[in-house]
Amino acid sequence: MTSSSVEGARIPGGAAPTTAAVVTLEHVSKRFGPVGSPPAVTDLSLTIPAGEICVLVGPSGCGKTTTMKMINRLIEPTGGRITIDGEDVTSLPAVELRRRIGYVIQQVGLFPHLTVAENVAVVPRLLRWPEPRIRERVEELLELVRLDPAGYRDRYPAALSGGERQRVGVARALASDPPLMLMDEPFGAVDPILRDRLQNEFLRLQERVRKTIVFVTHDVDEAIKMADRIAILQRGGVLAQYDTPETILATPANEFVEHFVGADRGLKRLSLARVRDLPLGTPIIARLGEPRSELHGRLEAGGEDYALLVDGDERPIGWIGRGRMAAEGEVVAEDAIAGSPTLQPETTLRDALSTMLGSSVQIGVVVDDRDRALGVISVDAISDVLRGPAASRP
Amino acid sequence: MIEGQPFFQMDWVLAHLGLLAQRIGEHLLVTVIAVAAGFVISFGLALAVRRYPHIYAPILAISGILYAIPSIALFVLFIPITGLSLLTAEIALVSYTLVILVRNIVTGLRSVPAEVIEAARGMGYTNGQRLWRVELPIALPIIVAGLRIATVTTIGLVTIATLIGMGGLGYLIVNIGVQRRFPTATITGVVIVVLLSTIVDLGLQVFQRRLTPWARAQAG
Repeated sequence: MTSSSVEGARIPGGAAPTTAAVVTLEHVSKRFGPVGSPPAVTDLSLTIPAGEICVLVGPSGCGKTTTMKMINRLIEPTGGRITIDGEDVTSLPAVELRRRIGYVIQQVGLFPHLTVAENVAVVPRLLRWPEPRIRERVEELLELVRLDPAGYRDRYPAALSGGERQRVGVARALASDPPLMLMDEPFGAVDPILRDRLQNEFLRLQERVRKTIVFVTHDVDEAIKMADRIAILQRGGVLAQYDTPETILATPANEFVEHFVGADRGLKRLSLARVRDLPLGTPIIARLGEPRSELHGRLEAGGEDYALLVDGDERPIGWIGRGRMAAEGEVVAEDAIAGSPTLQPETTLRDALSTMLGSSVQIGVVVDDRDRALGVISVDAISDVLRGPAASRP
Repeated sequence: MIEGQPFFQMDWVLAHLGLLAQRIGEHLLVTVIAVAAGFVISFGLALAVRRYPHIYAPILAISGILYAIPSIALFVLFIPITGLSLLTAEIALVSYTLVILVRNIVTGLRSVPAEVIEAARGMGYTNGQRLWRVELPIALPIIVAGLRIATVTTIGLVTIATLIGMGGLGYLIVNIGVQRRFPTATITGVVIVVLLSTIVDLGLQVFQRRLTPWARAQAG
């Protein structure tokens, strides 16, 4: 098809490496009512560096979502100027501007009448990419968000779990390789454990794509975890502080910020460090089918009371106590005590601590993105961090 | 019924297959014109409601009043203006479809989840693209449900249009069957009307399932 190869040359951002944009807000304000009514956003100026995650956070009614929606002009500002890479957002028709900006919302908003592949292809189709290029891009994106294209391509959203829908939503927002993504409480509608997973996945993804991301949340912990920079807004869209999470936790600009980030600032600093920042413990590994006597011998030699049982794919099953290994026979899954929480390298120490304290076995097993055991981490290891200077480490 | 005649004469039916086919054709034509015209008008009204939501209540009220007028009265009302014509019949038939179709199209469009509309706006659909590619496809099951009710109702009403000389299956039931006291024609006409309604209803249902494979994924 000669025509498609000609068109191929016009694909925005097609063959180029992924790009990111600088976003600036200059004295932006918004009031919904007539002049004199209380403003939703007041004289807001921010510069968001390219490739960074900027989290807008604050109590409800602080204008964070309004601020985000002014960037893609779902809401028009009453005053001030917004630029993307130096270009005023009003220099383009609003629909064209929006096709260049990724958009993810809390309820995802997948189109129920389109398959996963068609949902992901929405913006490329609006941009009239040639079909072969769209197909290729859809495969690439589904793999990027870890959904097997063969298994998911032709499914309808109704047949997906909450986490899968969220991943398709992220793939859809990335489809045209936009330099900027807006995310409005993207992980707000899922349960805490899944949220942690999706956040970790997204951070891993961001390490690869390096987009500029404006991320709205009301959850300070999520802000601290996700942000390169946090903008804390107070009622009326007044910027209370705009800085890195470390600085905000260490030196809150005013009483409002101090109050908003909470009295447990010390504990919150645990959110700045991740499981991968700590040395992992290496337990004795037990495998299904090995003779019990042999495992008993290894435990004795190592001076350990418990071994971590893993399956053939190195995925953790549970802990086996030395006492049970005195019996004859081979190691079976029923020998193990389940209930040990699994953690990911990207999990923050705060989340890790809270998960471990809440489970029956207070040793966390750290797993990689295929659920293979990498090592273990204990509550003691985290409290060492709380005591030591490492707490302020990024 | 004329003395000595059997109640139902199959040989009459078999001898008049050509006449029956002609009446079915007339009946369907009048129905299709009414439903098509009613759909076009209702669609226009529903789009107006999508843009100006406050006009919905008055539109529903007016179409509700039209629906409440007995069909014979409506025919008679228009005879002085438009005569014993197809137009008279269609004016009455179309006005009955409006209340059903407007309500279903508007309900269908309003059933599109708010987050789907927000996502569509945020990704850069124009207003028209959003309507045709997102809102209408999602509204389709409810719109087709309205079409089914409107069509079945109209097939029944066309029978009455025979009173103003529109032919159709009403001609069999009333003109031949009742006036000439020939029950065979009445029974044949009624059976065909019922069959026709059922077939058209099923046909529309199949059509809707074909167009909305995603709705089944939802149920399953």
